[in-house]
Amino acid sequence: MTIAPDVPDQARPTSDALFRAGPSRRPRNMGQIIRWMLLFAGGILMVMPIAYMISTSLKWPFEVYNVNLIPEEPTLDNYAYVLEDGRFYLWFWNSLLIAAITTVSNLFFDSLIGYTLCKFRFPGRQLVFIAILSTLMIPTEMLVIPWYLMSQSFGWLDSYWGIMFPGLMTAFGTFLMKQFFESVPDDFIEAARIDGLNEFQIWWTVAMPLVKPALAALAIFVFLGNWTAFLWPLIVTNSTDMYTLPVGLSSFGDEADVAWELIMTGAAISTIPTLVVFLIFQRFIIRGVVMAGLKG
Amino acid sequence: MPFYRNLSIRQKQIAWAWAFLAVPVLFYVIIRFYPTGNAIMISFQNWNLLGDRTWAGLENYQKLVADPVFWKVFKNTFLYLIIGTPISLVLSFIIAYQLDKVRFMHGTLRMLYFLPFMTSAVAMAWVWRWFYQPVPTGLFNNLLAQVGISQIEFLNSTSYALPSVLAPAVWAGLGFQIIIFMAGLRAIPVSYYEAARIDGVGWWTVLTQITIPLLRPTIVFIVVFSSIGFLRIFDHVYNMTTNNPGGPLNSTKPLVLMIYGTAFDDFDMGYAAAQTVVLFLILLIVSLIQLRLLRSE
Repeated sequence: MTIAPDVPDQARPTSDALFRAGPSRRPRNMGQIIRWMLLFAGGILMVMPIAYMISTSLKWPFEVYNVNLIPEEPTLDNYAYVLEDGRFYLWFWNSLLIAAITTVSNLFFDSLIGYTLCKFRFPGRQLVFIAILSTLMIPTEMLVIPWYLMSQSFGWLDSYWGIMFPGLMTAFGTFLMKQFFESVPDDFIEAARIDGLNEFQIWWTVAMPLVKPALAALAIFVFLGNWTAFLWPLIVTNSTDMYTLPVGLSSFGDEADVAWELIMTGAAISTIPTLVVFLIFQRFIIRGVVMAGLKG
Repeated sequence: MPFYRNLSIRQKQIAWAWAFLAVPVLFYVIIRFYPTGNAIMISFQNWNLLGDRTWAGLENYQKLVADPVFWKVFKNTFLYLIIGTPISLVLSFIIAYQLDKVRFMHGTLRMLYFLPFMTSAVAMAWVWRWFYQPVPTGLFNNLLAQVGISQIEFLNSTSYALPSVLAPAVWAGLGFQIIIFMAGLRAIPVSYYEAARIDGVGWWTVLTQITIPLLRPTIVFIVVFSSIGFLRIFDHVYNMTTNNPGGPLNSTKPLVLMIYGTAFDDFDMGYAAAQTVVLFLILLIVSLIQLRLLRSE
């Protein structure tokens, strides 16, 4: 976590700064101080559910009902208990593997399709473009029944492939990448062609490195989306061993019913990794989310 | 490859393009288009997975119209939308608008608001479920007890359950909307504000005459994005009501949960498919309204 202000933030005076004494970092007047304190209080309120989740995961069962945020005698006992039978390791691994493979697949295929639609002129281009665009209108929920039937007849139920096949390419990613390839100058591609590179090499070695920020933004979105995905993994998995973290946590919560400190521990195990990654790459991730959100 | 060598540059381009697109086109046909058609087809059939598939005509749709549970669910789904969208829109705008004016520890404040977006809905649904428990377990009721306010049956009351389930969904989405709004605010040229200052206009006029009109594309995007999210709500409801999915008395059940129950608990595939077609049509209408709004600029 960093406290230093964004350079671009500072370079641009706020609408308010123009109306008051020049742009300054420290709050000068009463209004600014009250605004800052209200925003800070709101921010603390926003992270309270996460703070309580972590705090309760560190409490002994007798202390769970105490509203104190700081545990009196912090313990890692709950973690030891929850991790003991190894289920959470397995679910964690399943989620990680599925999210990672899906992310790589999306980075490869979405950008390949986006690049082809952007830089090639060929009969059928418009048709492919509109066809992929139209799938954005079809909600996943409409496809889960046919996907389930398909998985059943091909024997994909309860397998890694079954969990990940629907998400290997996304129309959202394709359009995001297509938008970014627009900014790659055609001259670069032409020059590479003259140098004797084939089209695949041009895409991979010339165009791809130029859209790295977009690839990173897409990777964040796809990974987070698959890490937290619930409906389809819930439908396609049957055995405890194949559960992803959200599906496993859901079944664990049901079975642990009233042992809230254990449920909070399970929730913390599935949340903390993404939070840590976020805190490390905070600015980068926020920029990526804005980029993907606005361009996609 | 002599054959390849003899092609013109344009023909080579076409060959490469289709070589690149071969696998993706196959994927989209098999995993997206065929299932879409299949879902529509199944909605006109009777099928419980084990027995024969028989054509049912409009039977599933007629059953849907006559089903009081469906109308309850339909109402719930729109309640999520009608309550959730304006609340998250107004809250995220106010926070983004104020946050944009703050420089001191700006990054830290933004991080606090954005953090919930990085959590998983399932994990947070269980955290909020714990908050809502009656005394001596639940956090909210314990806090209420400390200040001497009577207990609220958040998840066990037919009137409080839906807003209680909605709250974590709004909470988790807020961070995303705030940073999208802040990006929108940043994109407004400073010269407009300078001109307003020279004219001596008050902040309210600046807000309503400059900021909000120029933010229209951002507002439309956020309204549509969050509307679609609330219409498809599932993870929160399912996890907060696992003991009685969509309960109490179906008062929290959204369309997606009904689809899930019909398809994978009752195995009534035809009826479930008809429900997914209805969901598709609702989302289609929302998307068309978005296109309309964006075009009229």
